Amino acid sequence: MNDDVSVKNKKLGQKLAIVAIAMFGFGYALVPLYDVLCEWKWIERDRPDAIKAIPETAYTVDVNRNVNVEFMTSLNENTPMVFSSEMPQLLVHPGEYHTVNFYAENKTNKTMVARAIPSFSPALTSTYFEKVECFCFSEQTFAPHEKKTMPMRFVVNPALPTDYKTITLSYTFFDNTETAVKK
Amino acid sequence: MSAVTAEHGHDDHHDDHAHGPEKGWLRWIITTNHKDIGTLYLLFALAMFFVGGAMAMIIRAELFEPGMQFVDPKFFNSMTTMHALVMVFGAVMPAFVGLANWMIPMMIGAPDMALPRMNNMSFWLLVSGVLLLASTLFMEGGAPAGGWTLYPPLVLQTGKALPFAIFSVHLLGISSILGAINIVATILNMRAPAMPLMKMPMFVWTWLITGFLLIAIMPVFAGAVTMLLTDKFFHTSFFDAAGGGDPVLYQHIFWFFGHPEVYVMILPTFGVASTIIPVFARKPLFGYSSMVYATASIAFLSFIVWAHHMFTVGMPISGELYFMYATMLIAIPTGVKVFNWTATMWKGAMTFETPMLFSIAFVVLFTLGGFTGLMMSVAPVDFQYHDTYFIVAHFHYTLVPASVFILMAAGYYWMPKWTGHMYNEKIGQLHFWLSAISVNILFFPQHFLGLAGMPRRIPDYAIQFADWNMISSIGGFIFGASQLLFLWIVIDTIKGGTGEKVSDEVWEDAHKHGLEWTLPSPPPYHTFSTPPAVIPCDHN
Repeated sequence: MNDDVSVKNKKLGQKLAIVAIAMFGFGYALVPLYDVLCEWKWIERDRPDAIKAIPETAYTVDVNRNVNVEFMTSLNENTPMVFSSEMPQLLVHPGEYHTVNFYAENKTNKTMVARAIPSFSPALTSTYFEKVECFCFSEQTFAPHEKKTMPMRFVVNPALPTDYKTITLSYTFFDNTETAVKK
Repeated sequence: MSAVTAEHGHDDHHDDHAHGPEKGWLRWIITTNHKDIGTLYLLFALAMFFVGGAMAMIIRAELFEPGMQFVDPKFFNSMTTMHALVMVFGAVMPAFVGLANWMIPMMIGAPDMALPRMNNMSFWLLVSGVLLLASTLFMEGGAPAGGWTLYPPLVLQTGKALPFAIFSVHLLGISSILGAINIVATILNMRAPAMPLMKMPMFVWTWLITGFLLIAIMPVFAGAVTMLLTDKFFHTSFFDAAGGGDPVLYQHIFWFFGHPEVYVMILPTFGVASTIIPVFARKPLFGYSSMVYATASIAFLSFIVWAHHMFTVGMPISGELYFMYATMLIAIPTGVKVFNWTATMWKGAMTFETPMLFSIAFVVLFTLGGFTGLMMSVAPVDFQYHDTYFIVAHFHYTLVPASVFILMAAGYYWMPKWTGHMYNEKIGQLHFWLSAISVNILFFPQHFLGLAGMPRRIPDYAIQFADWNMISSIGGFIFGASQLLFLWIVIDTIKGGTGEKVSDEVWEDAHKHGLEWTLPSPPPYHTFSTPPAVIPCDHN
């Protein structure tokens, strides 16, 4: 092929390579974009501030409605703990405050840093589930073989659409000891 | 251009045009000739087709009867994962790149690919990537077993193999991107002056669009697996819930890549079908420009429908509706194509040589696969089909009797041109009929299994699924064995075939349908050193 075409080919090749590199960056740009889309409710996700405290407000208790709140506790793979809740479920009226205790125990001989991550089903209910106090707001440090009783105080916002009769709240404990040490 | 220094003795600027292939085996390592690299790609893809096929045979053997028979569940899951990765990245994609290498320069009247040295590099990167992937089978903890989609958190439980699998995805991605850049540059810069864009053969058009798709999506996939890597080893939390990440994010990024990826495998298929059907119907392709626009529309739509793979993951109702309707839209340009192929055959003087038989089977069976796709695009019913054998049946219909059949058709159609020998038509037809019948015995019952609720990626199943699984496995074994006929034909044709002397155009009046048929069979090592002045324009 003659030199003209060969120069043209190289230039086009470089331009296309730049597009490819830009698309690699776009892959990473999807991460913040995802949070934005979740915020706009284009994609449904547990409310990102489900792990932040909401100040206790007095709601009018809707005594005519019952919402069944179910509690699930699980451990991420390889997290050497015992984790349970004091009751499997609780029938509440929207607007009524309740406190439920969770128990966790470090099964190792070492200090452990662990983090509980909540997840709601149906996900949309997370917006109406307000926590005043929760062990999931921050990382928990456990001394070797330490047992902890951790309260979680919450209210179901009476604005919860009437279609929802059951809310399942699942907590998973993750062993973050390694990450915490690095930080 | 690359060989200029090496070939300093030649005083013309046509550098490596003045000599034939390198002597000895080194030719195949250092070659920059598009025909050699095309051959390498095609033979490698054929080898991987048998490797991936062997894995499928293990899967079907295990599923022949309920209960655990031959392999342990972990290895079974490795097989489903590796079968998919090998077939997608090792067999189907390289086979189409091989066809592009062989045919595009000859179809557009160019002397070679635009960037010949990079061409060599993308082939050998592919080989390294696949070998690295295959090596994970022998590692502690086994090969990846969480499905080809590599969803976290499951995939992060892979043993020692995880970083190797991720690096192999990187290598395969770089190889595809380099190949795509080369193909796009060739098509845009190297066409004979007599060939404007709207007179390009359909195969060239479909590859131009596929090339752009690859350049846009492979880097996104590379990014997604890099995030997996840093999550696992460098304490980032892109997908790790413990650090505030979200595993669902991975699914969105993956399918942003994954959905266009399935069109990467089907658009060149459309291109080959649009090349073969007119020749054996002895009519120009019906609706050439609508074919071009349909291909471009499908490529565009492929970017905005990804979440239909995730209907059950959880989306607001508006999201479900949007992705449902956008997905249904794809049926329109695809329908245009199917009707165009049918109209091309309508009242044509058709003959039924092996390439045409495979192409007709493609039109029928791909349409069937498309219909099941349309069924699953309906969000509320997808909850029933999701992750069952119904989806397995669907995508195998769009891949095996579509992409793979068309690759077979392409093999039969161009093999006489490549080798200068005629293949054995009788064995070819036997291969076709065995494949076409057994592929339906293999995959059709999987629709029933899926509707009855059998989940995918399981080594054992409830007793009520036993009969259809046994039938499906029998179809699978016949299909697998029939492909050995193709291997025999390839070897036989290279060795001399029927001994019949093939003409330049091989198929009656083929010279009206493409420039490659104006060249001798087999074509000399270097072709179109000067661009052809006249191009066939039996389409448009």
